Amino acid sequence: MPANPRRKRPPAPAFAVERFRLDNGLRVVLMPDSSAPTVAIAVVYDVGFRSEPEGMTGFAHLFEHLMFEGSVTLEKGQHDKLVTGNGGVMNGSTRADYTNYYEQLPSNALELGLYLEADRMRGLRLTDENVQNQIAVVKEEIRVNVVNQPFGGFPWILLPPVMFKTFANAHNGYGSFVDLEAASVDQAVAFFDQYYAPGNATLVVAGDLDVDQTREMVERHFGPIPARSVPPLASFAEPVPTEERRGVHHDPLAPLGALAVAYRVPDPVNQWEDYVASSVLTDLLADGTASRLYQRLVKRDRLATHVGGLLGTFGDPFDMRDPTMLQLLAYHPPGDIGPLLDALDEELAAVRAGAATAEEVDRVVTTMTAQTIRRLDDIMNRALVAAAFEQQRSQAELLSELPAVLAAVTPDDVTRVAGHWLQPSSRAVLEVVPGGER
Amino acid sequence: MTVTASIPAGAPIPAAVPKVGPFRSTKLPAVDERTLGNGLRALAVRKPGIPLVQARLVLPAPRPRATGADRAKQVVLTETLLSGTPHRDSVEVAEALQRMGATLSVRSDSEDVRLQGSALSPSLGDFLDLIGELLAEPAFPKREVEIERARKAQEVLLQRAEPAVIARAALKRRLFGEHPYAGGLPDPEEVGAVSAAELRRYFTSRVTARDGLLILVGDLRPAKALDAVEAALGSWTGATGKARLPALPPIEPGPLLLVDRPGAAQSNVRIGGPALTRRDAGLPALLLANMIFGGYFSSRLVVNIREDKGYTYSPRSWIDHQALGSVLTVQADVGTEVTAPALLETRYELGRMATVPVGADELDSARRYLIGTTALSTQTQSGLAEYLQALSLAGLGLDYLRGLPKRLEKVTVGEVRDAAAEYLAPARLPTVIVGDAQAIRPSLETLDTVEDGPQP
Repeated sequence: MPANPRRKRPPAPAFAVERFRLDNGLRVVLMPDSSAPTVAIAVVYDVGFRSEPEGMTGFAHLFEHLMFEGSVTLEKGQHDKLVTGNGGVMNGSTRADYTNYYEQLPSNALELGLYLEADRMRGLRLTDENVQNQIAVVKEEIRVNVVNQPFGGFPWILLPPVMFKTFANAHNGYGSFVDLEAASVDQAVAFFDQYYAPGNATLVVAGDLDVDQTREMVERHFGPIPARSVPPLASFAEPVPTEERRGVHHDPLAPLGALAVAYRVPDPVNQWEDYVASSVLTDLLADGTASRLYQRLVKRDRLATHVGGLLGTFGDPFDMRDPTMLQLLAYHPPGDIGPLLDALDEELAAVRAGAATAEEVDRVVTTMTAQTIRRLDDIMNRALVAAAFEQQRSQAELLSELPAVLAAVTPDDVTRVAGHWLQPSSRAVLEVVPGGER
Repeated sequence: MTVTASIPAGAPIPAAVPKVGPFRSTKLPAVDERTLGNGLRALAVRKPGIPLVQARLVLPAPRPRATGADRAKQVVLTETLLSGTPHRDSVEVAEALQRMGATLSVRSDSEDVRLQGSALSPSLGDFLDLIGELLAEPAFPKREVEIERARKAQEVLLQRAEPAVIARAALKRRLFGEHPYAGGLPDPEEVGAVSAAELRRYFTSRVTARDGLLILVGDLRPAKALDAVEAALGSWTGATGKARLPALPPIEPGPLLLVDRPGAAQSNVRIGGPALTRRDAGLPALLLANMIFGGYFSSRLVVNIREDKGYTYSPRSWIDHQALGSVLTVQADVGTEVTAPALLETRYELGRMATVPVGADELDSARRYLIGTTALSTQTQSGLAEYLQALSLAGLGLDYLRGLPKRLEKVTVGEVRDAAAEYLAPARLPTVIVGDAQAIRPSLETLDTVEDGPQP
């Protein structure tokens, strides 16, 4: 992408990238950085909750839990003990289009970390006892984050069924208790076989490592895992709405109202430049107190108490493929959302008509650049973001290129993307009404 | 046990678990220090890698008593301190921060006012100048105060609906009584009534540079950064008098406090008590006891009530260090129907720590975890800034971190048991539970005397 001649290239660290692929299909990226004696390991599997079949909502996430419950070789609890007992931390997360597993360790434990990821890629110890135990744990996770929490599931569970029509895009990725309780060992075995093949995974190792030695270790530990068939990349495409879609959710725990207004956005992979422009548009509209919607809805009109903007389901613009959405959020005193929507529409109409100035886009891009760099200071984040870039675009290098990519966005790009995508006739509107349903 | 392995037939037998080589400790950077004429102590650390600087500023503002009105002012102050000066209005402040690639947020309680943020390193001077201007000449514009107090009143309403907030407030109240450390959420009506004049008076008569602390960590030249600090902040003194916080009251065990949330899907179990401070020689043993009990995923509490029984998602325990004392907290959000069993198991694990020696392997794992994760936590600019702030507030420096691994290595099983007997003994630790009282009270009464807590 050509740099914008108006703008100075922002300061940006460059992260080295070495990549190779094993015969069994595993993609590997090494990112050496010896500034501290630690390593970060991330394995991302190309399956997320959008791949769940009907009747199995929440299964991708439940399966993520099962990946910590023992392997063919290791008893339940040993994986964790080996990581933490050697001074490391670990976790996993399930997103719409991937599930990742990761650990950060002192670099003397690099080979141990690689062994542990290879170990569970080789085969799991799936028992009915463990499945039942983790169903109970996941139900408590859902209770703490959704059921027992004001605005639980807002917007990530509540908005997709308003915007989308297909099961894949619309369903609750945490899952229904009915589906979770029906989960079985057989389903888990089939899920592993279908989606957890080495050829469906990407491994990133970042930090204090020697490239040749690490490559040898990766080959030694992951190489013997037999290749299996890899599912074809699923399409979750569905048409952009041609008329407004609306939904209302009654939240018995919420003391305030909330509003989410969402729009479809360019394909994150195949319309990359416009997608990046839509990320600048999101922040220009709704990130921080200088943003247009904050100034209008909170400060000028005093209609909202809080404004936010998210690109992608969880607000991570680079963790999803198409289709996804730009979400504008507002919390407000209980009452009619009409004036709030009207004010929001006026602001969007202005941006569609070219109101975004060069000075404004410059400010927003400068802040986004700083946010990006800040996130990448942590080698664990660096490995995770690189893994998603490599998985979805074969382009881990984007990690270093993001500041330049952002700097190339012009006010015209923002206007064009807003004009094409942020039309009232194609939006989804979700209203959260405080108090139980009457 | 039925094992269904999803291992393909004919797959090779995996290698043995690799041996782990010797641990290499992280080299911690040098800290440059300067105390300004106004009594503000500034520390600058060069930590390049990314072109940013992290800033943490702590300004003493102690209140001997914390009234609801104080808390209301503190809540409104957090937003309005950034809402303008005679030279720029709130939009200009926000836009100036954007141009620096900066973030800046404010926290305020009965101990101090804290500013926290970061900026792209070429903008460090401008960033410090802006902070200096905001402190020396905060305008608290009337219109901004009106907007923010209304917003904050709504925010308080939301916080009051959050079970974790209710539980934290109830536990702090149980631990600290009337002491300002009990904190607590202000009344939304009081928040909505705070005036610009009250804020100005509160800020100018309470917040002081004297004995304040500024930490800068990032891509900077320490001497130059400290010069910039002196230029930006050296002439602001703030309030002249300085109140003192009273000593913490002793923590007494007592009946289980039950805060009713009718129909709650979960119960929020909180157990708390005193802990050793960073200045206490015995802290490493207590840190290890806490780890083994509930401090990490391999701990007894997690293995018992999550991985064995499935009562909860993320049970844990930790130690907070504050200026007047340290506190140990145990937390588990559990299904309503398993509240009493979860409490029973939690107290069982506490009691086991207090009365039965831990295994040598458990101790070694916890030791390696603490040494390793302490090193990890200082790797980022923000992580190092947080640690340096916490240590500096305790009158310690990075040498504390350099020496910690050796101190942890020396701790014995007997010392862990002694620390646990003193600080993890369930008979000494107050318990607070927020949940559906009607559903959980009868079974809780089989375990303890239950007292009704205040309504959230």
